Amino acid sequence: MGFDFSNHQRNAFLESRGIASAKATSTGTTIVGLKYADGVILGADTRATQGPIVADKNCEKIHYIAPNIWCGGAGTAADTEFVTGMVSSQLELHSMSVGRTARVVTAMTLLKQHLFKYQGHVGAYLIVGGVDPTGPQLMSIHAHGSTDKLPYTCLGSGSLNAMAIFETRWRADMPRDEAMELVADAIKSGIFNDLGSGSNVDLAVITKDGTEVFRGYEKPNERGAREGRYVYRRGTTKRLGKETLLKFDVQTVPVEVVGGGVGDRMEVDA
Amino acid sequence: MDHSLGIDWKALKKGEVSMGTTIAAVKYDGGVLLAADSRTTTGAYIANRVTDKLTQIYDNIWCCRSGSAADTQAVADILHYYLQMYEAQNGAPPTVRVAANLAAEMCYSNKDNLSAGLIVAGWDAKSGGEVYSIPLGGSIHKQDIAIGGSGSTYIYGYVDTNFRKDMTREEAIDFLKHAIALAMERDGSSGGVIRMAAIDGKSIDRYFFADADIPAAWNAPASAT
Repeated sequence: MGFDFSNHQRNAFLESRGIASAKATSTGTTIVGLKYADGVILGADTRATQGPIVADKNCEKIHYIAPNIWCGGAGTAADTEFVTGMVSSQLELHSMSVGRTARVVTAMTLLKQHLFKYQGHVGAYLIVGGVDPTGPQLMSIHAHGSTDKLPYTCLGSGSLNAMAIFETRWRADMPRDEAMELVADAIKSGIFNDLGSGSNVDLAVITKDGTEVFRGYEKPNERGAREGRYVYRRGTTKRLGKETLLKFDVQTVPVEVVGGGVGDRMEVDA
Repeated sequence: MDHSLGIDWKALKKGEVSMGTTIAAVKYDGGVLLAADSRTTTGAYIANRVTDKLTQIYDNIWCCRSGSAADTQAVADILHYYLQMYEAQNGAPPTVRVAANLAAEMCYSNKDNLSAGLIVAGWDAKSGGEVYSIPLGGSIHKQDIAIGGSGSTYIYGYVDTNFRKDMTREEAIDFLKHAIALAMERDGSSGGVIRMAAIDGKSIDRYFFADADIPAAWNAPASAT
């Protein structure tokens, strides 16, 4: 289909009626996931934005779902936070109920059925990754409820930047160090080339033996040390005189309750 | 009804993932063959370039999905659930006709909220291989060959000219491979690799064609063999 200009006529019509055209909103994030020799690795940047403002310079975008299942979240921060928390809770109960380790497909199904029900209004774009008895699994989930099972994937406003790195360098069964470096480089591509992404690189490495979370794995944007001193030495401003403008007399006065029984009291149960 | 804008308001919602797609299914001598491209798009970005649009909804009943990825995945999952319930409740596996009608029922009843074009195809002991097309409105059409998705518009001529009844499996594979390749060449929303599934009641065989194995358009067989 190529480019889609179908909205142009609609927008022109709306503008002629005095309705302002919609502003584009970005999901302001770079999140990635890939499968490597021993499992999966998730990566994320740490910038949270409110329009053009950076609301949080070091937020956590890799969410816990189960000890062996973690989830990168892009989109509306509250939605990703709550939907992953909700599914994590459901999964824990389910896992105890069936007496088995949680599976990534279960998390994926719970998430997609919830998101589909809300027809995309719950703005959560997630990369779910983990290692369960069926092996390493990596899935991406979109807000409308569609899922893709892939060996490597990226989501968020910086996803195109990150995907360029992945498409160039990903191979099947990469060793751990090389895979971690590839994830970090993909996130950095988003951090430096996407305005919606920034600050640090967070990583989560999941294998059948457990998960290692690297909060602040790389910090390529640390604030430099201040180079000058801007404190004025005592005596810089000349004191010309002293004048008392207002004097307060502070007293401690006990409060006496006058009249009224139970009816006047604020706290009836106290 | 407002005709002035001439815009299809039923199209995908903003930001929704679409399977622009070329899908096809053909009945051959002994079974059915399903085929699809592998491109899933969000606007102009290809969200998944190796999608599997051929979904198993029962042992010998599969479907090709086109339209909204979320809608078709949801319909296929619910269809799978209904068919499992059918076997439990009726003591016999569902026929392809039952599966296709259930899918059509879902698509028709929810036509205002769905953007799903399905081709249900499979093999059962009662009727052998069957292909049913279920386009956007939820109608059902039993056919010997069905094509769907945005890319299908480019291959109606090729399909009408080259389709023959009772081809062998190899002939059917060659036919659909060329058809899908032609559509992928011309439709921006179709591309990637070609996936196929052959169902003949004895086994289900998956096929995968990429890069050099996808025929270049100028290599397509001459029409009217």
